[in-house]
Amino acid sequence: MTTTLKGIAASDGVAIAKAYLLVQPDLSFSKSAINDVTKETDRLQSAIAKSNSELQQIRDIASKSLGEEEAQVFDAHMMILADPEFTGAVKQKIEDEKVNAESALDDVATTFINMFEAMTDNPYMQERAADVRDVTKRIMAHLLGVELPNPALIDEEVIIVAHDLTPSDTAQLNKKYVKAFVTDIGGRTAHSAIMARSLEIPAIVGAGTVTTDIKADQQVIVDGNTGDIVVEPTAADVAKYQQLAKEYAAQKAEWAKLRDARTETADGKHFELAANIGTPKDLAGATDNGAEAIGLYRTEFLYMDSPELPTEDDQFDAYKAVIEGMNGKPVVVRTMDIGGDKHLPYLPLPEEMNPFLGYRAIRISLSRQDIFRTQLRALLRASAFGHLRIMFPMIATLQEFRQAKAILDEEKAKLVAEGTEVGKYEVGIMIEIPAAAVLADQFAKEVDFFSIGTNDLIQYTMAADRGNEHVSYLYQPYNPSILRLVKHVIDSAHKEGKWAGMCGEAAGDPIMAPILVGLGLDEFSMGATSILKIRSLMKRLDTAEMAKMADKALNESLTNDDNIKLVKDTLK
Amino acid sequence: MEKRDFHVIAETGIHARPATLLVQTASKFNSDINLEYKGKSVNLKSIMGVMSLGVGQGADVTISADGADEAEAIVAVDETMKKEGLSE
Repeated sequence: MTTTLKGIAASDGVAIAKAYLLVQPDLSFSKSAINDVTKETDRLQSAIAKSNSELQQIRDIASKSLGEEEAQVFDAHMMILADPEFTGAVKQKIEDEKVNAESALDDVATTFINMFEAMTDNPYMQERAADVRDVTKRIMAHLLGVELPNPALIDEEVIIVAHDLTPSDTAQLNKKYVKAFVTDIGGRTAHSAIMARSLEIPAIVGAGTVTTDIKADQQVIVDGNTGDIVVEPTAADVAKYQQLAKEYAAQKAEWAKLRDARTETADGKHFELAANIGTPKDLAGATDNGAEAIGLYRTEFLYMDSPELPTEDDQFDAYKAVIEGMNGKPVVVRTMDIGGDKHLPYLPLPEEMNPFLGYRAIRISLSRQDIFRTQLRALLRASAFGHLRIMFPMIATLQEFRQAKAILDEEKAKLVAEGTEVGKYEVGIMIEIPAAAVLADQFAKEVDFFSIGTNDLIQYTMAADRGNEHVSYLYQPYNPSILRLVKHVIDSAHKEGKWAGMCGEAAGDPIMAPILVGLGLDEFSMGATSILKIRSLMKRLDTAEMAKMADKALNESLTNDDNIKLVKDTLK
Repeated sequence: MEKRDFHVIAETGIHARPATLLVQTASKFNSDINLEYKGKSVNLKSIMGVMSLGVGQGADVTISADGADEAEAIVAVDETMKKEGLSE
């Protein structure tokens, strides 16, 4: 029977394919005494053997579809599986204590996991705890006779249905076969949403209970433009959505004609449309979508995708690839923004009550200068290959900026003294803490640019965690309070002859962009797939009219909804 | 029983990739092979055992092999240690 579900439209496009449920099965068990030791150890051996051949198979496929580096994690898993001290200890426990294999496995695994996790001075070992956990899960699944999802083995077109998707989940997916994402939780800024936009596939997030509503292999339609999910569609539904998919493709083709066009409003004013990227691999998507710059290169993926701190040379290679790849067009590189919801297994951070208000981003960089200096040196060396703009995240005070800038200057002086070439570059800050937004007039005298990070600026101004569904109504980008902060930042920059950009989700939002044009924002940085849509929209806008509208939005409107209506009415 | 002492020169000690290769080498032999460091001895065929020792740069370790192919085992381990830059 056909059912329609609804979620938050997080990435445009229409897809029709079979559902693939990426959910963890129930691995609970009860401890029991056994009589037949041989039978129990045989059961263990068989589960280990099955796990091993499964891992071998996943490894082979992963090395072909994802690359050798991603595949190596499975080598580590197979080694643990073959480890006499691990699986041998489980067997021993069954024999000595006459307990079932599940309970023996769980005990031994817990001992190792605890031991590794206790090695707080050795991040590499702490990470091995995760490997032990993964391997244990696999053996346990075979013991219990339940199937673990093996996304690396997908070899046909599917729609991924998950509770939530983490970077390690998506790393195992062969992008060729993934047609869309649908998740139970999350918002437009969730990892799954950002990933989908960079892959240019539709995504619907926060859809409630899709992991129970949708069964494996059911046919599913995902409309990423509206947030509609049709499960077991009728032939008529399929025809209708195929038509929609065709129309969407046609619109995209129309936008594609603007790829090499200059971004201009109806009255001929130019605005810079830039792309947000996470890795050098995203560069192709940015240039294919006509990005005039990179407005945000999130360097934390360099740290998150690596088993240990990335070296200066590794970082240099990545930065150089992006800077050189943009052929002289500007590239804003944000220094490490770890903390908050982003953790590194090898850089243990203290448990915090409020991680988003805690030890993160520049706060870590300033106290862990060894890490910061390595990154700055890599950036400075890469500056010789194009147009670099260095941006510090989470700046709250002028002292923080001055300290970061001083460290940068020191590293530059060292490199120059060593005879290393350093190019020209700009130094700016991300405006995401209200304190910095309010004091923008003073900051503007010392920085080269501002880039407003709306996701965090809104969350901090409204005191509402954007990931918490109970307060998600407070995520109000068009609220006059937010817009007044944004205007103050832009005006402060202009007064000192500096430029102001925006690198949050809002920059690529068709309601927000017209207001920002009216406020005179210089640079708009967004997910690459929004660029052509916004370029096409800007062609219709008149800056004087938008300025009038923005004035109303700040001074007459009272609420977020007032401003949605205001923009819609003005653009009608 | 065959025994050999090593002085670890690798900056990262016996971790990650080098540890993996050492275990792979040891696992090819039938002999019991042990790695001894600071009075603790672990099975060199166990990746978790080897890594749990936390052998860092500058450490002095002893590797011993006991069994029919002990001589060949020690030679192979020695080769891996040098090839991977773990020891001179």
